[in-house]
Amino acid sequence: MTDIRYDRAPGDASAAAEPSGVLVYTTGLALAVLLTATSFWVANTTLLWGPGVSIGLIVLAIAQMGVHLVFFLHVTTGPDNTNNVLALAFGLLVVFLVIAGSVWIMTNLNDNLMPPEMMNMQMRH
Amino acid sequence: MNDAVAIYDVRQEAFVPASEAGPAPKRIVVAYGFWIFLLSDIIMFSALFAAYAVLVRNTAGGPSGAQLFNQVSVALETACLLVSSYTCGLMSLAVASRERAAVYVRALATFVLGAAFLALELREFANMIAQGATPQRSAFLSAFFALVGCHGLHVTAGLIWLAVMMAQIAVRGFRATVQRRLWCFALFWHALDIIWVGLFTVVYLMGVAS
Repeated sequence: MTDIRYDRAPGDASAAAEPSGVLVYTTGLALAVLLTATSFWVANTTLLWGPGVSIGLIVLAIAQMGVHLVFFLHVTTGPDNTNNVLALAFGLLVVFLVIAGSVWIMTNLNDNLMPPEMMNMQMRH
Repeated sequence: MNDAVAIYDVRQEAFVPASEAGPAPKRIVVAYGFWIFLLSDIIMFSALFAAYAVLVRNTAGGPSGAQLFNQVSVALETACLLVSSYTCGLMSLAVASRERAAVYVRALATFVLGAAFLALELREFANMIAQGATPQRSAFLSAFFALVGCHGLHVTAGLIWLAVMMAQIAVRGFRATVQRRLWCFALFWHALDIIWVGLFTVVYLMGVAS
């Protein structure tokens, strides 16, 4: 029981009290295939409301990343996983800041920029 | 000496908080350090994703994603990488139970599927370049080749790493150092698959759908 005292290593399947490692990986694969197939269907179907498709695709992708983290990388909410989850949370915070911040600022900049045609008109005066 | 062992045993019996337990085993420290590296690698990819998201409409009159991307090829690439991630997980289990033959078979499956992914991606790049859609054509294509190409380079590095690890198992057997390296390789390979999930969604599916 010495393992209890330390946090578990990320990706460590053997230390867990899991019934069968193969079963965990197979469940993960089945869920990932299901989510991937849904993503490809959502992108190609005409049944869904067009403007909502991209948000649906992002939700499916985040769900699949969660499946990979839990079933393949064995990141859980257990007490032996605190360090791994905290590092992941900080990484996700930086990822969110970089992507959302860049997109936000650049969209703003594009909206406030004068279109080239107007710029030419102004320069003629 | 005996006293020290006795004291150590007592400490094992009682519950000791992590702050008093001394340094964690090397296996945990190494994997945790590699986990931090992977997270920093993902942050680097997030910068490339942000660049792509900003530049995706700047096609400069050149071809857009909807005209260039072939969804069948992308679906095949996704399947290859996903199944190779699965066989890599099975390989980790075989490494933990030290079944040499199973490790070789599953590592070979992982390698072949990873190489198939890479071949499909290179064929896609070659087709695009043959159509004149080179990285120099537009800001969109520069961002596309930087993002997808960087992932492809990671997969290439992973394939080389896997081949080296198989040689190390053949020569050195299941030593503790070799096992730790295999552990880190599995983390790396699974992380690449996570990045690919974001990639095929943002670049290919959203590029075709919008």
